[in-house]
Amino acid sequence: MQIRPILAALRRHRLATLLIAMEVALACAVLCNACFLVAQRWKLIQTQSGVDENSLAVLTVNGFEPTQAADVNARMLAGLRAIPGMQAVTLISQVPFGPQAGAAGISRDADSFKNTIGIVDFVLAEPGTFQVLGLKLVEGRMPQADDYRPATNFAPMDAQVLVSRALAEHAWPGESPIGKEFWCDKLHFRVMGVVDHFARAHPREWGAQAAEWTVFTPTLPGGSLAGTYLLRASPADLPRVLRTARDAVAKIAPDVVLDQENSQTITDLRTDYFKSDRIMIDLLIGVIVTMLGVTALGIVGLASFWVQQRRRQIGVRRALGATRGDILRYFQTENFLIVTGGILLGMLLAFALNLALMTHYELPRLPLYYLPIGALVLWGLGQLAVLGPALRAAAVPPVVATRSV
Amino acid sequence: MFAYYLDLALRSLRRNKVLTTLMVLALALGIGATITTLTVLRLLSGDPLPQKSAQLFYPQLDPNEKDGYIAGQTEPAPTMTYVDAMNLLHAHRATRQVAMALSQAKVLPQQGGDHPFFSDAVMTTADFFAMFDAPFQYGNGWAAADDDSGAQLVVIAGFLNDKLFGGANSVGKTIRLNDRDFRIVGVLKPWAPQPRFYAQDLGGRSYGDGDAVFLPLRTARAVDMGPQDTECYAAVTDIKHLETAPCMWLGVWVELVDDAAVAGYKSFLSSYAQQQIAQGRFQRPETALLDLMGWLRDQQVVPDDVRLQAGLAFGFLLICVVNTVGLLLAKCLRRSQEIGVRRALGATRREIFTQFMVEAAIVGMAGGVLGLLFAELGLLGIRHQPAEYASLAHLDLGMFLFTFVVALGASLIAGILPAWRACVLAPAPQLKAA
Repeated sequence: MQIRPILAALRRHRLATLLIAMEVALACAVLCNACFLVAQRWKLIQTQSGVDENSLAVLTVNGFEPTQAADVNARMLAGLRAIPGMQAVTLISQVPFGPQAGAAGISRDADSFKNTIGIVDFVLAEPGTFQVLGLKLVEGRMPQADDYRPATNFAPMDAQVLVSRALAEHAWPGESPIGKEFWCDKLHFRVMGVVDHFARAHPREWGAQAAEWTVFTPTLPGGSLAGTYLLRASPADLPRVLRTARDAVAKIAPDVVLDQENSQTITDLRTDYFKSDRIMIDLLIGVIVTMLGVTALGIVGLASFWVQQRRRQIGVRRALGATRGDILRYFQTENFLIVTGGILLGMLLAFALNLALMTHYELPRLPLYYLPIGALVLWGLGQLAVLGPALRAAAVPPVVATRSV
Repeated sequence: MFAYYLDLALRSLRRNKVLTTLMVLALALGIGATITTLTVLRLLSGDPLPQKSAQLFYPQLDPNEKDGYIAGQTEPAPTMTYVDAMNLLHAHRATRQVAMALSQAKVLPQQGGDHPFFSDAVMTTADFFAMFDAPFQYGNGWAAADDDSGAQLVVIAGFLNDKLFGGANSVGKTIRLNDRDFRIVGVLKPWAPQPRFYAQDLGGRSYGDGDAVFLPLRTARAVDMGPQDTECYAAVTDIKHLETAPCMWLGVWVELVDDAAVAGYKSFLSSYAQQQIAQGRFQRPETALLDLMGWLRDQQVVPDDVRLQAGLAFGFLLICVVNTVGLLLAKCLRRSQEIGVRRALGATRREIFTQFMVEAAIVGMAGGVLGLLFAELGLLGIRHQPAEYASLAHLDLGMFLFTFVVALGASLIAGILPAWRACVLAPAPQLKAA
């Protein structure tokens, strides 16, 4: 295929060529960045909680004085455990995707704010909660009965704790975290084990790196550990069990207030938590599809016009011996050249757009591999869009050359 | 003449129905997306108190440690300690001044059988209602003297009054909050400024329903109501007594009537900070006094996702416009012969140009009408989102008219290039080719 005559023809249609190239360039820039945004949101939605989400629910009550905590706990635990189908009920301070109970900065030194590790979520939990959650131990040991201590402040003193693998790798890279110590102001902790995954309450607000900086803190009930109950039932029973439990609160403890919003299955909490991301993904995909459709429409429109305008020339070429394939390939190559020009410009635009997004929305840099993917999509789209007009061009009979109109 | 162009344009658009439909559809999609997102953006970045916002200011101080302070770069703290808030209030340097924090109040309905529930509460001082133009249905606010005495008084919102008292005048009745009795002194008419400017950085949501109960700060603290958000800048020994703890948990607003008052208050703030440094309480001299809209901008109250969606919609509209340019160009170049004939019969370039612009405008108006439909659909979708502001997303008259401005603007811009190309065509070759 000779490119020179195509370029010569395009020079006569600079304006239309430029328009298509520009549309392709804009589409390329938006496509790359929109796909990148979708990928980012998708990664967020996939955040691993590390717990048996399908079997777990949480029930939260409040509106009681700290002095009543022991009494409320005792009544609630007894009442909830009596519900048929309930496998276990334990006290916990927070669950993944629920309200955050305690986040605090920790450091490797006793001397407070030097040598800090970062801000982590402390999850206080009474005996048995580790098993109920279904956390997976990968190193060290499980909490034993005498590891559980009362929480006088927001967490117990000198507690032996388990940390998530993400936190261990961040705090002590390349070392075994077992036996390591850390401090939170005056509170001292020692690591006894590492769990595979354990998401903090609001993982997306802390960014991908810190989404699992969680400390599982064995704690005796009372004090700050009251009012939030972890329920376990078989996945099939769970919705019914939770419904019964929510209704039962009014009878078990009429003086406390059930927190409707935060008494849900973990699956529902997760869905709610990531709802805005899901909507954003749907929206972005919608925009991508419509935008590609509009771009294809533009290509079809202009290509049809060209074909109609060049009917005579096509007829002459056919009369001089060009095959249908030659004509088809001519229009396909022409489209390929225009789209390539658009893509080159579009890659620059994509980077400019990414830079703008990075400054305004704290997005990471666009990975380079998005560019060739975007290019492939647009080449494909261009070829698909031009196929119809090109086939119509190839169908022009040579006899047209002899007609004057 | 215009009627003739209109007739010509309609004929031309009818001649190629598929192309026209696609052109209008693409433009309408772009306009619909833009209007939907702009409506939300305008709603979220609106002025909560248009008649008053220019006179409301948010003073900021900085009691933080010297560590990490860079002169001129470090912004002062977003909230205030009790000591500083009270000092500013008692100085009476502004026309009005209030301090506030958000909390939750456990409300126990008096009628038997109803369960207790939590309501959003504001602990504040006497000037709150007059300063923010909160309208009263019954009664009124409390007096400055009640702030100091810690009287068990409360102002409730209309919706709470409806729920507890069936909408009757409840002034003088008691309401049970956090297991104590409070006397109702006032009932508000529906009042929910959007954004909830006074809740910024106090741990509340930025949009949505108004608060249910308003009670004097000292009274609320006496019954152990705690603020939603507390930030401490030094080791805390006794978190219960927030009044004396090194913690920031209050927002302060002042009303200043003119520029002179603002300048006066600014210098008062910096001299206050200097005085606190001299006493050893402060280490940083930074202060700020943003007006209401400035404070909302500073707080970036509009969610990132909403701004991103608006940007996306504009990008999409741009692509749609470029697309319309291309299609209109193809359409009008296809009619070169017709143009040649018209030129030969005496039509001027200006007339040809106008004719094609009228055609573009018709496409634009059709795109606008359809785009309005898409925008209504889009807003319907947004009202079903779980966002705080969802129920507020409606198209108002301004945006309704703006839709047509955008549609007409976009189509005329798109039409200029093709119309110009059409009018500069030399008539002779076109006639010859025919």
